[in-house]
Amino acid sequence: MSGRKRSRSARWPRRLAHVALILLALAFLVAFLLLPLATVFAEAFREGLTPYLEAIRQPEARSAIRLTLLVAVIAVPLNVVFGIAAAWAMTRFEFRGKTLLGAFIDLPFSVSPVISGLVYVLLFGAQGWFGPWMEAHGIKVIYAVPGLVLATIFITLPFVARELIPLMEAQGSEEEEAARVLGASGWQMFFRVTLPNIRWALLYGVLLCNARAMGEFGAVSVVSGHIRGLTTTMPLEVEMRYNEYDYVGAFAVASLLALLALLTLAVKTLLEWRYGDEIAAHAPGGH
Amino acid sequence: MTLELSHLNRRFAEYQALDDVSLSIAPGEFLALLGPSGSGKTTLLRILAGLDYPDTGSVLKDGKDFLATTARERNIGMVFQHYALFRHLTVLENIAFGLRVRPWRKRPSRAVIRERVERLLKRVQLDDLGRRYPAQLSGGQRQRVALARALAVEPDMLLLDEPFGALDAQVRVTLRRWLRELHEELELTTVFVTHDQEEALELADRVAVMNNGRVEQVGSPEVIYQQPATPFVCEFIGKVNRFLVRRNGDRLSAGGWMPDGDPWQGRFTEAVAYVRPEQLRLAVPSSQPAWEAKLRHIYLAGSVAHLELHVDALDQTLEADIASEDLSRRGLHAGMELRVAPRSAVLFPREGQGATLNQERWIWHARSPVPA
Repeated sequence: MSGRKRSRSARWPRRLAHVALILLALAFLVAFLLLPLATVFAEAFREGLTPYLEAIRQPEARSAIRLTLLVAVIAVPLNVVFGIAAAWAMTRFEFRGKTLLGAFIDLPFSVSPVISGLVYVLLFGAQGWFGPWMEAHGIKVIYAVPGLVLATIFITLPFVARELIPLMEAQGSEEEEAARVLGASGWQMFFRVTLPNIRWALLYGVLLCNARAMGEFGAVSVVSGHIRGLTTTMPLEVEMRYNEYDYVGAFAVASLLALLALLTLAVKTLLEWRYGDEIAAHAPGGH
Repeated sequence: MTLELSHLNRRFAEYQALDDVSLSIAPGEFLALLGPSGSGKTTLLRILAGLDYPDTGSVLKDGKDFLATTARERNIGMVFQHYALFRHLTVLENIAFGLRVRPWRKRPSRAVIRERVERLLKRVQLDDLGRRYPAQLSGGQRQRVALARALAVEPDMLLLDEPFGALDAQVRVTLRRWLRELHEELELTTVFVTHDQEEALELADRVAVMNNGRVEQVGSPEVIYQQPATPFVCEFIGKVNRFLVRRNGDRLSAGGWMPDGDPWQGRFTEAVAYVRPEQLRLAVPSSQPAWEAKLRHIYLAGSVAHLELHVDALDQTLEADIASEDLSRRGLHAGMELRVAPRSAVLFPREGQGATLNQERWIWHARSPVPA
């Protein structure tokens, strides 16, 4: 009996730690995630539904939404191509400067987005290296849509590659070699073996990349020039409205961005729930 | 088809994977590439498969340059060490893969593919598992799927990379026999890589023993076992006792035992001798040269008993193997004294502490084989 009692009392502090940790995590979640998110929607609807809808229907808002989608539609597919190519190079070949390439892929993560934007201004701005030449040929990058796209591509560069590299590293190249020996061409190998094996990681990468492409502020802000209706994406529109004391308008656009984020999360969760078994089977070691 | 590999060299950043390797592979033969890890055997297999290329050297297939063809043109079936089954495809789809990726002109019809896949499934005894995914199979089943997938393309040659490495001992023996039967049935040229000498000796028609990127010896399992060409082959294949033989006046001897004769006619003062455990005689009459040995332990391993004998004259412990049933018949027990001598030995002369001179190998047999 005494032994049983002791084991019960020994279990008690562990359980306490267990509960305390869960509560702590929940508290953080509420304070730093749920509360701000709720505030966004509360502020947006403070004056009711009609002013909210009006704020979204304004031409500047609609132009910002369109521009944000356009930038994402260009940046995300390019990122997929680059991400797969980079991950392939990093995991299937041995070459000099491999670690350097890895560091370069991570660069956008470690550099402040403002700097990334400034680099493009330095390169393509009116006083920049290529600026005068481009101006003479009628190409406008800075304070125009191409600048926004370039900055967004730079910022989102690591997302797909970083998602794929660890997975492809762990999966190894044996299946691809098997496909080649069985007579598959390079494309057949890629589409029938490689792509199916990385599709979930690729999808995660795309979702994350898309969220960032739509939400990026710093780098885009530098190259945008804030020309209303022409070069303002949704995050920039939020800031401009806020600075003009148009709180309902600012939070209305912000709520759309938040919705996009929630949608991304929902899609990811849905996929994990629907295809959980398959994802587990594709994970390295599940083989 | 005959493959002629000559003077292959392959260097990786840190080491020489293949060092002047020459080898010929006859049609229909079952060849084992045997060696420890890092000996270059897998590199050699990958070169045959077209997954790697030598820095120098050539591979000729029936006189034509084999290295000029790509992996997909070589018509080879390969079973990878970890099987490399396509994890997103079912067993049926895995086996059909090699047929489905063919250019449409050469692609069999759906019905033919289906029929061939079903036949192969039956052959590897997995009829009911066609709709499963690789993750739902046991190791032995995966291996058989990998084999069926390799055979589906009707290859000219089958390559197996450590085919039994990841299986437990019982499955391994069963699959080994089954593979040998399959080979006899299909008469397909088969090359397999292994580090397990027992596997190589049991399965293969011919064994190529590799070490440090070099082929040490090529030959039938009997030749490899009984007439090892180098000290490495002696030590890597089977168990072996090693001791030094020195020149004493005009005779070679080791602690009281001496082999009769001297093929080197006094040229060398020292040789390394190898004796297999089953080639040690245990009760040598006092009229013949032998060692006084003390039987220290008897390790009974099923049908075979391993005896640990300490020889004071050599100052080392030797191992002798006898049939377990002979233990009691001879009244052997730990602690007893025995007169022990080799029945046969392989000797390699050497100069001083230097390398052995392998081309001067001497295979010695007792002149009048006396029953032990």
